Amino acid sequence: MGLNIEENKKIVEEVLEAYPKKAKKDREKHFQINTEEAQSCGTCALKSNIKSRPGVMTPRGCSFAGSKGVVWGPIKDMVHISHGPIGCGQYSWGTRRNYANGTLGIDNFTAMQITSDFQETDIVFGGDKKLEVIIREITEMFPLAKGISVQSECPVGLIGDDIEAVSKKMAKELDMPIVPVRCEGFRGVSQSLGHHIANDAIRDFVLGKAELAETGPYDVNIIGDYNIGGDAWASRILLEEMGLRVIAQWSGDGTLNELEIAHKAKLNLIHCHRSMNYMVDHMEKAYDIPWMEYNFFGPSKTYESLRAIAARFDATIQENCEKMIAKHKPAMDAIINKYKPRLENKKVLLMIGGLRSRHTIGAYEDLGMDIVASGYEFAHKDDYERTFPMMKEGTIIMDDPTAYELEELAQKLNVDLVGSGVKEKYVYHKMGVPFRQMHSWDYSGPYHGFDGFKIFAKDMDMTVNSPVWNLIRKKEKAQKEGAGV
Amino acid sequence: MSRDRLEIPDYNSLFSEERYVQQRANKKQFEAPCSEQDTAEALAYSKSAEYMQKNFDRKAVVINPHKACQPLGSVMAALGFEKTLPFVHGSQGCNSYFRSHLSRHFKEPTPAVSSSMTEDAAVFGGMNNLIDGLENSIALYKPEMIALCTTCMAEVIGDDLSSFIGNARIKGAITEDFPVAFCNTPSFVGSHITGYDSMLKGILSYLYERSGVQANPGSGEEAGEKLNVMLGFEPYTGNFAEIRKILEAFDTKYTLLGDHSGNYDSPATGEYEYYYGGTKLADVPLAANALGTLSLQKYTLKKTQDFISGTWNQQLTALSTPLGITGTDKLLDAVSELTGLPVPASLMEERGRVVDALTDSHPYLHGKRVALVGDPDLLIGLIGFCLEIGMEPVHIVCSNGDVDFNEVKFKDEAEALLASSPYGSEAALYIGNDLWHMRSLLINDPVDLAIGSSHLKFAAKDAGVPLVRVGFPILDRHHMHRYPIIGYQGTLNLLSLLVNTVLDELDRNNSGFNYDLVR
Repeated sequence: MGLNIEENKKIVEEVLEAYPKKAKKDREKHFQINTEEAQSCGTCALKSNIKSRPGVMTPRGCSFAGSKGVVWGPIKDMVHISHGPIGCGQYSWGTRRNYANGTLGIDNFTAMQITSDFQETDIVFGGDKKLEVIIREITEMFPLAKGISVQSECPVGLIGDDIEAVSKKMAKELDMPIVPVRCEGFRGVSQSLGHHIANDAIRDFVLGKAELAETGPYDVNIIGDYNIGGDAWASRILLEEMGLRVIAQWSGDGTLNELEIAHKAKLNLIHCHRSMNYMVDHMEKAYDIPWMEYNFFGPSKTYESLRAIAARFDATIQENCEKMIAKHKPAMDAIINKYKPRLENKKVLLMIGGLRSRHTIGAYEDLGMDIVASGYEFAHKDDYERTFPMMKEGTIIMDDPTAYELEELAQKLNVDLVGSGVKEKYVYHKMGVPFRQMHSWDYSGPYHGFDGFKIFAKDMDMTVNSPVWNLIRKKEKAQKEGAGV
Repeated sequence: MSRDRLEIPDYNSLFSEERYVQQRANKKQFEAPCSEQDTAEALAYSKSAEYMQKNFDRKAVVINPHKACQPLGSVMAALGFEKTLPFVHGSQGCNSYFRSHLSRHFKEPTPAVSSSMTEDAAVFGGMNNLIDGLENSIALYKPEMIALCTTCMAEVIGDDLSSFIGNARIKGAITEDFPVAFCNTPSFVGSHITGYDSMLKGILSYLYERSGVQANPGSGEEAGEKLNVMLGFEPYTGNFAEIRKILEAFDTKYTLLGDHSGNYDSPATGEYEYYYGGTKLADVPLAANALGTLSLQKYTLKKTQDFISGTWNQQLTALSTPLGITGTDKLLDAVSELTGLPVPASLMEERGRVVDALTDSHPYLHGKRVALVGDPDLLIGLIGFCLEIGMEPVHIVCSNGDVDFNEVKFKDEAEALLASSPYGSEAALYIGNDLWHMRSLLINDPVDLAIGSSHLKFAAKDAGVPLVRVGFPILDRHHMHRYPIIGYQGTLNLLSLLVNTVLDELDRNNSGFNYDLVR
């Protein structure tokens, strides 16, 4: 089913009417309707990875959120200091569900909030001395911590603290990796620069620092999976069943050692290209490790990806792959047979971080659902180049859409499901539009792999088809009924 | 539906399956994990008295603190006013965090914008961002007032809100008469409660001063300005309903100064409207003519209280969160004194009913040792409630308790309160400490119940203590905030939470011989 290109163009124009002239001109650059031409040229007109307009309720976060919240935070055997005032650490505490085995506060620090809690005096006199003390105290409090990262918040950069020097000194004194990460929130235009900065720090301080006792022909890394609700586990189980050996998992449920030995892999498998492409590029150049993207959302994409991965290996792996697909297919078909009739032709609007707005499309399509509009918080040109060909003609593709735009679009497109974040979620509950929080799988999951798809399908069905939405009585209707009494 | 039932395990059961257990074991060869023995020893060590000593000796690192930063409170304060858009001047990431955090607690939208300052603004200042931001947000979200606060970024570079707003008017980005209230909320000073206070004072003083009204306490009684009531940084929408019920029982006229309950308890009607309820802007200057003001969070609302008693010259009664029978009695006495109205019989009857409930439940609560975590005013209320039913507060942690009001320190008041009852004799108060300290306390000196926010759940779990969720934030349970915990009705709710948690524990620990059905 194609979508109406002209109609959707008009809808976007109408939505943007609300802006003042300057902001309207800017926002127009962030919308494009998918056409045959757009599919081949990628991003003919669409602008991305530039500053958000002030005052518009952007869904975006900051560099700190990208580094501490996404990339570094899930590394479980290191302590990550939220270095600066109290808030940033507090709000990023345990909110992304990076599942990790281990004992919290002993050898697993993923759900801890460790901060320097800057006071006015730290701003005036600098926080370097305090940082030294903090680092020593961390080794006292958490003797099994394998390393420490210093995630700097806005004031640290503004007052010019030398966290690099402190980290270097303390790394020597304590004989452990201490990694300064310059991820102050004001850097860049979104979380995205934070991912890049975080990756650079992994490259400079961690990668290649340890050896793997025995390497093998089937050694691979899972890159860019943060193990939300156990996603990486549901992915890993398939790679291992196929006969591959996953030597490192980045960074969900990951350890320092896994980051250090990852350069020994034969192939890098990257799920979230947006947040970790910097690393696979670097490892390709530095260690000659090839990389490929894969997509484990929905059975179609999972079969496709498994086969593409197997194709990189020998006949044994390829046979295993086919056997495995044959084994899991009946269960996947049963899920589709059950849920597709309930979800077919339902219209979906997606606005997620920097990858899932395209990566999850296959899973929705497996269930017969149509994506009518899709957008990212913080994607770059290359993300859109991958997005356009995946979408139907006429789909509205949008970059950094504001709360206002999303609300208007959801109504004008009369969608059956919105997938976005917690800031958006409750707005749609008021509107009576079924909604899934797609950053943390609405506290469900996993969604990756075959195990994950079962949960995904069940979740989408219960969301779209909940009888609760029918209980919402529109205001006008309520008034009319009231008047009739 | 049941005919095509497929087994779809949740994450707990899925990852307990043997294949995932094996995966977990296999992954260890790459993790370079600590040995099981090391881990077990470290765990045991973390529970030792020696570790506790070290834990309390640390000077710099803060681990699992129980406080948030100023602008979060400021956003909440702004949402307490009619058609007011919170505007955070600084980095947009902060604003995203405030919106997410508040939405995770209330399960409601949090409309707020920021000036999206980036590196260039850090160098040149954020004036242009602010001016553009004001123009855009007013066009899109059509507020009737903007409530502007700062992040630590804007504070460090020293942006001057007052002159920036002035320039925005000169440039025509906002009209001369469009109200923009503002305050400074550096995140490296105080906590979320400080930010709430700064913004509430910012809004009240701004609306009052621009109105030209001259405060004339008591003169507004006929016009409906009799009593002003402030709830403060209030994580319970149910508490607003409860205070309204109480004031209406008194049949007094009143103005709530700051009422975000509408925004955080709005109906699902098929459309989203951005602004729900809130104190009417026009009511603020008139509140200067009220007989008096009642504050229900005296440590939180320091600056606002000073402003009201100083500028409006009215009588001000400041209490802490009115929990429990005694706390509610104080509330009613204060309303009675400020308004000259007698305490209504209906409330006395309600009091009697709740006291009756207390007599039913006290055997299960008497002598129960409890740990408490929260903001200062909430803790005063909780301590009072515990003492009056014979529960014994043992460990009390207040990460942001370094506050005073009228030269009385929170610590001194809390300690005096504890000293006033034999049930308080075991208690120790930890000001400025965090939940990692609390973990040591819970493990080394066990209690029966922990009372605090969701953030306390890990320490409570490590110590094997059941947690009763009270305060902010409650991220992992639904609808707790919809039920009041203040007033007599709130006391009953809190009592039910506590006693039924104790009874659940009794059943959970059933030894196989005690099949108690009746309690």
